[in-house]
Amino acid sequence: MSKSILLAATLAALTLAGTAQARDQIRIVGSSTVYPFSTQVAEQFGKQGKFKTPVVESTGTGGGLKLFCAGVGASHPDIANASRAIKPSEIEACAKNGVGAITEVKIGFDGIVLANNKSAKPMAITRKQLYLALAKQVPGDDGSLKPNPHTIWSSIDSTLPASKIEVLGPPPTSGTRDAFVELVMESGCGQFKWVKDLEKSDPSRHKAICQGVREDGAFVEAGENDILIVRKLEATPTAFGIFGFSFLDQNADKIQGARIDGVSPTFEAIAAGTYPVARPIFFYVKKAHAASIPGLKEFVAEFTSEKSWGEDGYLAAKGLIPLPKEQRTKLAKEARELAANVK
Amino acid sequence: MNRAPSTLRASDRVRAGLARRYRAERRFRRFGMAAILFAVASLFVLLASIGLNGFSAFTQAHLRLDLAFDPAALDEPDADFGALIRQALQREFPEVSGRSERRKLAGLASESAAGLVRQSLLANPQWRGTTVPVWLPTSDRVDLAVKGSIDRRTPESERQMSNLELDWVDALIARGRIETRFNTAFFTSGDSRQPESAGILGAFMGSVLTLIVTFLFAFPLGVAAAVYLEEFAPRNLWTHLIEVNINNLAAVPSIVFGLLGLAVFLGLFGLPRSAPLVGGLVLGLMTLPTIVIAARSALAGVPPSIREAAQGVGASPIQVVFHHVLPLALPGMLTGAIIGMARALGETAPLLMIGMVAFIVDVPGGFTDPATVLPVQIYLWADSPERAFVEKTAAAILILLVVLALMNGLAVVLRRKFERKW
Repeated sequence: MSKSILLAATLAALTLAGTAQARDQIRIVGSSTVYPFSTQVAEQFGKQGKFKTPVVESTGTGGGLKLFCAGVGASHPDIANASRAIKPSEIEACAKNGVGAITEVKIGFDGIVLANNKSAKPMAITRKQLYLALAKQVPGDDGSLKPNPHTIWSSIDSTLPASKIEVLGPPPTSGTRDAFVELVMESGCGQFKWVKDLEKSDPSRHKAICQGVREDGAFVEAGENDILIVRKLEATPTAFGIFGFSFLDQNADKIQGARIDGVSPTFEAIAAGTYPVARPIFFYVKKAHAASIPGLKEFVAEFTSEKSWGEDGYLAAKGLIPLPKEQRTKLAKEARELAANVK
Repeated sequence: MNRAPSTLRASDRVRAGLARRYRAERRFRRFGMAAILFAVASLFVLLASIGLNGFSAFTQAHLRLDLAFDPAALDEPDADFGALIRQALQREFPEVSGRSERRKLAGLASESAAGLVRQSLLANPQWRGTTVPVWLPTSDRVDLAVKGSIDRRTPESERQMSNLELDWVDALIARGRIETRFNTAFFTSGDSRQPESAGILGAFMGSVLTLIVTFLFAFPLGVAAAVYLEEFAPRNLWTHLIEVNINNLAAVPSIVFGLLGLAVFLGLFGLPRSAPLVGGLVLGLMTLPTIVIAARSALAGVPPSIREAAQGVGASPIQVVFHHVLPLALPGMLTGAIIGMARALGETAPLLMIGMVAFIVDVPGGFTDPATVLPVQIYLWADSPERAFVEKTAAAILILLVVLALMNGLAVVLRRKFERKW
């Protein structure tokens, strides 16, 4: 009995291996930051009834692009979501596997916020102060470098509260962390002239000073789960958290965003580009799949339509910060033509 | 000559120590009771918090709207069913004007409501040209407000709903147009980005399909391996090595099996991503060692006299095993298999690698359709920013716990039914 079942299973597996080549459903992989928006479009697209609802996997930006670049054909995904632009090394990997023409579509902005419990005092901080609070090694104006001595905020600057530094944030695998390091840490350390000069003379030392996040417990890696950080902030009023704007937006009754360089993280400030810690988010389309995967072009058209990514679109309701109007018009045209704009 | 005093002293010592020994006994019992009480209390707190959080997800606020099915508007190729809902809401609140207020008003109904109206009209063509009251789901925020999850004391700017919207909701409740009803959509639909239309059926079917594959793959293979190792294999270095390896495999972290699945089933065999077939095979590999170990101990529990008696009346070794030993060991094997499957039901880590951690709206109907499973659904909902997904997450955990309890209950029933005492 067991033998015949095994035989049947093997046969089934073999026949399926043959049929796996045809696919009538779009497959999307990538960033967990873009996931809420991508799934929203996928659902709307599926509801129209012309094509199957695309499958969206949340693999992280790096993991997603790795899958995306693995090759052309039905067993590889059609679209990769990314919370940062594709890296040259990834374009190379793509090209090596025959994934030549890729269309990049910038879909909007995502703000990264520093937030704390509503019951605590609102925070106003500069990027330099935030860097000094979280860096592993703190540079001095005189060219010295010492392990981060700050344990309370007020030891950095007397305007900051006299409470313990405790910040919950994403781990290094996360695109949010990459963006935070680039937008806050790099900018903060760049304000020390001798560190900035190192960028050319000794890039690896520059990287160690600017990108090293302290590991003595003041910065807690809280996993990829942003909502977990929000819950912890509700429980500990003295702690701060770093996460995407949409989580602040949805939990505005419990947590508040800190002003960074004098600007509060609001929808308007991020859209206008005045809030300093905002990054563009993207998706990448494999042009070679446009002919073989039904609905791929139509999905891109849906994503880039005004009712989706416009100012009053359904993505804005989910927390996406739209691009300016003229950029949207230009990018929508490029996206619909699937122009190979990644070089 | 010292005997008498020494025995006296010995019995004295016993008597003196008696109280201490009784105390030690009582203390031990109290520790035991305390441990059990602690376990029960933790379980109770866990279940109570999940239950309290999740129970409200089984109901959903519905809105009764008088929809006017005007044939002229419906016959257009791109008929806008959302407009029917907006018009009905506008008739409820004629004083509302201005674009942003109208948008807010339209936002009281669920985004999925337009699709539902279209479906019900297709099912009831006689509605054309008439005005019919229809119950439609409200948006997640209205649902939260109706269930009292929105604190009206917080300042308006920080609340999910403005005073105006809350006034509308109160007015609709007073007019009997909002009611909480049993949330059938939760049990009949797949995942959705709208908390009010998200359902568990897709993940449940995914779990069922995956476990069917797991069982069909792992049980026969595991039993065959156990029978060979226990009944036929010679005892030598090789079988010892295999034994050690099987025990080791049972302790390997599950993510490793996911990587194996990615390399072998997706890479080598070219099976589709996100399919229950692949998920089942990966989880099958993971449960295989558990099943082999359980099956071997079940076989070892069959008394040698059964085998000797069968051999005595002339049965061949294969007849001994298949006619006598295997049927007697089967209940123990099944129990082990079900406990292994219950573990497989709760796994997410290996499924990440093979693409089953994904947003999938369509309910899977076959072994190669894209699917996700219950624990993955819980993870995905727990990670969503919308507040209304908190209760959905807890409700999904309740469903998973019920399925687990049913599976473990089945194991107990099977054992009771077929168990033989020697």
